[in-house]
Amino acid sequence: MSAAAVDLAERVSPGNRSLFRRALRVGLILGVVAIYGATIGILPLMDARWVIVDMVSLGDAALIAIGLSAGVLIAARTRSLEFWPLVPPSLVAGGVAGGLLALLALAMQAFPLRQIFIALSPGLLKSLTFGLGASRGGAVLIVAGASLAVLGAALTRAPEGLRKPAAAGLAFVIVFGVFQELIQIMMQSGGAINALRQSIYTWEGLTLAGALIIFFLASGAAFVWTGWLRGPARERFMRLSPAQKRTAKSARVVVFILVLVLLPVVAGSYIGQVMMLVGLYILMGMGLNLEVGLAGLLDLGFVAFFAVGAYATAILTADSPHALASYTAIPSLSYWAAMPIAVLASIVVGILFGIPVLGVRGDYLAVATMGLGEIVRVVVQSDMAAPVLGGAQGILQIPKPRMGGFELADPVHLFYLTLAASAVAAYFAWRLENSRLGRAWMAIRDDEDVAQGLGVNLVKVKLLAYGLGAAFAGLAGSIFAVMLTSVYPSSFQLLVSINVLALIIVGGMGSLPGVMVGALALVGLPELLREFGEFRFLFYGAALIIMMRVRPEGLWPSATRRRELRDEAGEAALGELEGTATRPAPRAPDLQDTEP
Amino acid sequence: MTDVARGRTLIPKLRSLSRFTFVDVVLWALRISVLMVVVGGSVGTLIKGRYGAVQWLEFLTFGVTMGSLYALVALGYTMVYGVLRLINFAHGDIMMTGAFSGYFVASALAGRGFLDRDPVLAMLAIMAVAVTTSTTIAVLTERLAYRPFRHVRGLAPLICAIGVSFFLEQTFRGAFGAGVRAYPDPKWQKGAISVLGYAVPILQIMVVAAALVSMAILYLIVQRTKMGTAMRAVSEDADAAALMGIDVDRVIVFTFALGGAMAGIAGVCYAFIFKQVYFYMGFTPGIKAFGAAVLGGIGSVPGAMLGGLFLGIVESVGPALFLDGIGIPAPYQLRDLIAFILLIMVLIFRPYGILGERMAKKRA
Repeated sequence: MSAAAVDLAERVSPGNRSLFRRALRVGLILGVVAIYGATIGILPLMDARWVIVDMVSLGDAALIAIGLSAGVLIAARTRSLEFWPLVPPSLVAGGVAGGLLALLALAMQAFPLRQIFIALSPGLLKSLTFGLGASRGGAVLIVAGASLAVLGAALTRAPEGLRKPAAAGLAFVIVFGVFQELIQIMMQSGGAINALRQSIYTWEGLTLAGALIIFFLASGAAFVWTGWLRGPARERFMRLSPAQKRTAKSARVVVFILVLVLLPVVAGSYIGQVMMLVGLYILMGMGLNLEVGLAGLLDLGFVAFFAVGAYATAILTADSPHALASYTAIPSLSYWAAMPIAVLASIVVGILFGIPVLGVRGDYLAVATMGLGEIVRVVVQSDMAAPVLGGAQGILQIPKPRMGGFELADPVHLFYLTLAASAVAAYFAWRLENSRLGRAWMAIRDDEDVAQGLGVNLVKVKLLAYGLGAAFAGLAGSIFAVMLTSVYPSSFQLLVSINVLALIIVGGMGSLPGVMVGALALVGLPELLREFGEFRFLFYGAALIIMMRVRPEGLWPSATRRRELRDEAGEAALGELEGTATRPAPRAPDLQDTEP
Repeated sequence: MTDVARGRTLIPKLRSLSRFTFVDVVLWALRISVLMVVVGGSVGTLIKGRYGAVQWLEFLTFGVTMGSLYALVALGYTMVYGVLRLINFAHGDIMMTGAFSGYFVASALAGRGFLDRDPVLAMLAIMAVAVTTSTTIAVLTERLAYRPFRHVRGLAPLICAIGVSFFLEQTFRGAFGAGVRAYPDPKWQKGAISVLGYAVPILQIMVVAAALVSMAILYLIVQRTKMGTAMRAVSEDADAAALMGIDVDRVIVFTFALGGAMAGIAGVCYAFIFKQVYFYMGFTPGIKAFGAAVLGGIGSVPGAMLGGLFLGIVESVGPALFLDGIGIPAPYQLRDLIAFILLIMVLIFRPYGILGERMAKKRA
């Protein structure tokens, strides 16, 4: 057989041995993921939340998803289109993953692991083994893992008309189950809607009947969509002129934004509060985006500007002994007068912050700015600055902003304040991005020396990046101060900087809609899943690593980025930042694998 | 051209090319104000004479103790930077993993009275477990998080390293809880030995001794063994080293393992000094140790040791010497401030460090 034929044969059906090795690998990885989730305590937390009341908890759903994904991964990595050859490796992968969990259960029964790993409680053991004891429960885990994996492989190989509706149905059930509290609050309004709510929900979660209704509705809709509606819709879209296509795309963005704007009114003040936090992070994200996304200055001390905005607002408006009004002749200002001053103060601090680190680049810049941010926090917290800034107790009693006689006290009101501020800031950010200054920033991001050679004034351009970035953060800080009506140094930790950095990376560096998507995903989502709040930083860490490896351009990359990534020639230039270009070529398959 | 070399040339360049002399004004103001605080504070403190010779010696020995720990951690930064040109942001957290795993052994041994009965053996056991854990985790992070970025320049590896740092912290937080756990406090550690008429706590002597022994071993490994030679070759020029038949991947793994081991030892010592462990404990010493590595000249092994000691002493003596003299209340709250200002001053004014000049010149 010639080499080409071997190659073709390998493509059609890879050697059994490599397939099983792959299956083993997939099983091991998924099993380790499951054990990890159990050990750090996220699985027990998920077990406490129902998707379907008294039947399926979120933890069960996660384990089921792990089992299914074993089959999906096997199927996705095999080129063969047939189903039957996938069964043995899927059995192996699912069985191995289940087997690792069974081992964990056995270990938990045999050793007092809880003395070290606080999450490995008897309750977890019971729910892992279905109350059957470690050995019998472990056997069930293995069998369940293997069969779920086969089911996953079958679903992946099933015709589209079956696969899509099934996936859509499952996804909807999970969304409606997980966000039940929120959805129920929203559905409480009208009579008929409330009746519908009562038919599918109890106050703990979805009922079985409700889950079935949602599953069939969603999968039916998906079935109709994939079977009859999608083709014509796509065709009609293709027939549009480029200008019309652009309009359609911007219409989508407008609808997306409109939903966000109107959501708090429909969903009440809790959602208002969450959305307002998202708005604050969008503001900060747009600011850091100017520094990192456009100018390439990795700033980990960003929280300092946020703190300056908040503290400036506090000492100008608060009704406390630390306010300027109480010990100087400066009168106590209204919020509307204090906000511009706070923004100005942030700009000044941003420039002062930027001057010393002008000559520092890359990695060192990240550490230097982080040091500066920490210095600000240490100083604010210390007794040295306590007479002015209130030390660790902070400054209390900041009045809410007033409009005429109307006090913006409700979170929803403040959400609209944030929204207005974000809209103004977004306009500025958008205009900056396409301005001469924005292009100068992108030039220094790509190569500082070349940019300087082309006449970019590095000092001016960099300081403007720090100053304008700080302005956004200062505005956010000022709103933050009136939201909490008090400021404490503990609100301004490095975590905030990392948080903002994570959201612009997840959304897509240098992309304005990306900032929004990132803030929704990293700030809004964890806020809605409140009991998982303690895991949000784990989630950020994982998101940073995974995004850098899998999708360095972000979820919603900017047009320039996307063009650079699609274009082969542009890719080399992008490698500088993203690292997709210089990824080593895949290693040739081992000889033994290619032998038929 | 490396960042180290760039940083060195950029400031003069800015000076000559830009008309914005206010930048220089600010930089000089920064230099002068730090100098004034240092000189003015020292003079003020010495005139006031609030501290006697014994207290200064206490500050100094504590500074040397902390400095030797910073040096141990700084070695990990400097070696990894040498071979990979990457700031291993998670290195402080690797130290934390060592301290945490040591905690479980230490509390088990203390519970059985073994830590008091047979201190040497018990300490060795604690160290062994801590070193094993931190080395394993260091190697795993390299394999899973850093290796895919081997040939990538720019921000991506650094951002990934920040992610790794968070991931490690939060994993330990989830697995072992968010609370602060108290390290065992055996009686023998409270004793003191008289050195030249001054009582020096045994704990500090132990820590310095452990650090010195590990650094000596490390120095021998780097200078005398084949692997150490390969490490130095890779840090000079990775491509040329690969052409000479050096397995660069293996060298990098070895470097991470060595750095992880040092961090594990440092973690246990750090935890015994402060008598507590928690998931976030690695962050601040990690950043300070990075500062120490830069101060000594990043990429230079003796530089990291020197930088660590210097940082430890300045940080320990500084609050009393510089800040008390100018009348700042509660100067010890500002210990971290001194370390961070030192870090930033080094990054701004002397990014090639004390011993790094030779390297910076060569790479310019």
